Amino acid sequence: MSELASHLIVLPILVPLLTGAMLLVIDEPRHALKATFSVASMMLLLVTAGALAVRADAPVTHVYALGDWAAPIGIVLVADRLAALMVLLTAILGMAALVFALARWHRAGPQFHAMFQFLLAGLNGAFLTGDLFNLFVFFELLLAASYGLALYGGGTPRVRAGLHYIVINLAASLLFLVGVSLLYGMAGTLNMADLAVRLPQLPAEDRSLLEIGAATLAVAFLVKAGMWPLGFWLPATYTSSCAPAAALFCILSKVGIYALVRVWFVVFSEGSGAELLAYGGMATLVFGMVGMLGSQDLGRIASFSLVVSSGTLLATIGVGGSSVIAPALFYLVTSTLGTAALFLLVELIERSRAPGANVLAVTADAFNVDDGEAEPQELVGVLIPATMAVLGLAFAFATLLIAGLPPLPGFLAKFSILAGVLDKTSIPAGAWPLFGLVILSGLAAVIALARAGVRIFWADAGRIAPRVRLIEILPVAGLITVCLVLTVFAGPAMSYLRQAGDALNPPANYIREVLPST
Amino acid sequence: MEIIVALGIAVLTGSGVWLILRPRTFQVIVGLSLLSYGVNLFIFVMGWVRVGAAPFVSVGQAASDPAIFADPLPQALVLTAIVIAFATTALLLVVLLVARGLTGTDHVDGREPEQ
Repeated sequence: MSELASHLIVLPILVPLLTGAMLLVIDEPRHALKATFSVASMMLLLVTAGALAVRADAPVTHVYALGDWAAPIGIVLVADRLAALMVLLTAILGMAALVFALARWHRAGPQFHAMFQFLLAGLNGAFLTGDLFNLFVFFELLLAASYGLALYGGGTPRVRAGLHYIVINLAASLLFLVGVSLLYGMAGTLNMADLAVRLPQLPAEDRSLLEIGAATLAVAFLVKAGMWPLGFWLPATYTSSCAPAAALFCILSKVGIYALVRVWFVVFSEGSGAELLAYGGMATLVFGMVGMLGSQDLGRIASFSLVVSSGTLLATIGVGGSSVIAPALFYLVTSTLGTAALFLLVELIERSRAPGANVLAVTADAFNVDDGEAEPQELVGVLIPATMAVLGLAFAFATLLIAGLPPLPGFLAKFSILAGVLDKTSIPAGAWPLFGLVILSGLAAVIALARAGVRIFWADAGRIAPRVRLIEILPVAGLITVCLVLTVFAGPAMSYLRQAGDALNPPANYIREVLPST
Repeated sequence: MEIIVALGIAVLTGSGVWLILRPRTFQVIVGLSLLSYGVNLFIFVMGWVRVGAAPFVSVGQAASDPAIFADPLPQALVLTAIVIAFATTALLLVVLLVARGLTGTDHVDGREPEQ
């Protein structure tokens, strides 16, 4: 049985990859069949991810050698607590987005399910991989799928935003390659554990070249994470992509942060550059905050709230270092779930507004809402009663989550971040600015979302009763329920995350499990 | 030898960077291609520039000095990078054509700047 269970690690990559490949060859009109396969794969993924997270909660780190070639020659997958947590988060988000898409989006264009599965395979691979080059390969896999999903549904705004998104990410991938090859040239290995062992032994004269390589790599990750000034592509792309894709994209920007944390702590054991991360993160926070306050379109507010969450995470990690990993991860989970719920809600809410109601929003996207976009066909199925009340309640929950107000876990996350940063004998330099900005960003989120909410739910002008199906509101309710459960079980969750953070610094356990010979 | 390779990478990367900062989509895609050639060469060179070194260790030679062989790993990495760059460039090309069709212009922002 334990023999079988050890293969659990590879399933989150194999299952969506094979399902996606199979879905490619099924004829396009057979939506029901495709949806069945996709949902079955997603359920299997959810179960696997749950089992993986439980299994990872052990003193040993589980390592899977692909083809049974031992590291550092072979390629390994590593499922420690951090990786398992991210895979589980991906599975939860994926489930919500997929169920939402089943209402109508999956029929709006070709190969939705295949791209969705490839995106999941890429995400899971990026979280589980133990070496840098495979990180690159899985990044490319998830990006290629995300290009398709960002453009899904067509229309000029999507293509225009998608073009920028693709070009910027291709350029970032090239930087990734430069960084990876510099590291290889210096250290002669790309396995993260092996790198961590070899880098301290390098001669001092190679040190500067190595740091250039690491910085180039970090730039590539930060482009994905959307750090200011590298993240101007993010709001336009996320706003214009269709709701289920945007919800799943919430974890896409977190992949950059995950990769940064993993490489920074494991490979470089928290090397230089913390100040840059801290102040860059704070600049991102300010940019996102101003963006939230300045947008009138709800989709743009949601996108900028994602920028805020990226900024908060980067600044927290930069200021607090390894001691605040656990609160940062807690914040990552809650903000990802909250933003995803908001992205799904945006589409449902927009339905209640007459077309062109956003013309007040003087943004390029708002002016081009209606040219040639392929909106999916009319709804059939179980509609929910008291739509506006249900949507309003869900919107209020999402606002509380994103702004970080009690009783939802967004509050606990922000509180523990601030407590973690200040809970030191010598308070780090950036702690007070971070303290102020985190609280201000919560205020900005409340103002922006409350203003949008008042306009949508209380101002009557031009409102038409929206028709919302049960399976469209269920994913939103599910995401919020996960957050409520997190509030109740915040203690166990926090201790899990604390152990995940402790395992990163120092990464002795990780290195020992990947390279048993050392 | 090193200086020739270095200059080659520099020229490719420099032209690539200049081209991706241009306003026309075709220039951007050619720039990205040049950049990826430059980066591929760069990865290749990270196994150090060797003339006439074999990438494979044959059975009889295995015990002898590994330093006489070229490093095969960057070559494998470069192959992967080429395949991925090729696929994503093809994808970008399709998006460029769609953007040209939908917006009626080949400007990267989808509209001509004000004269």
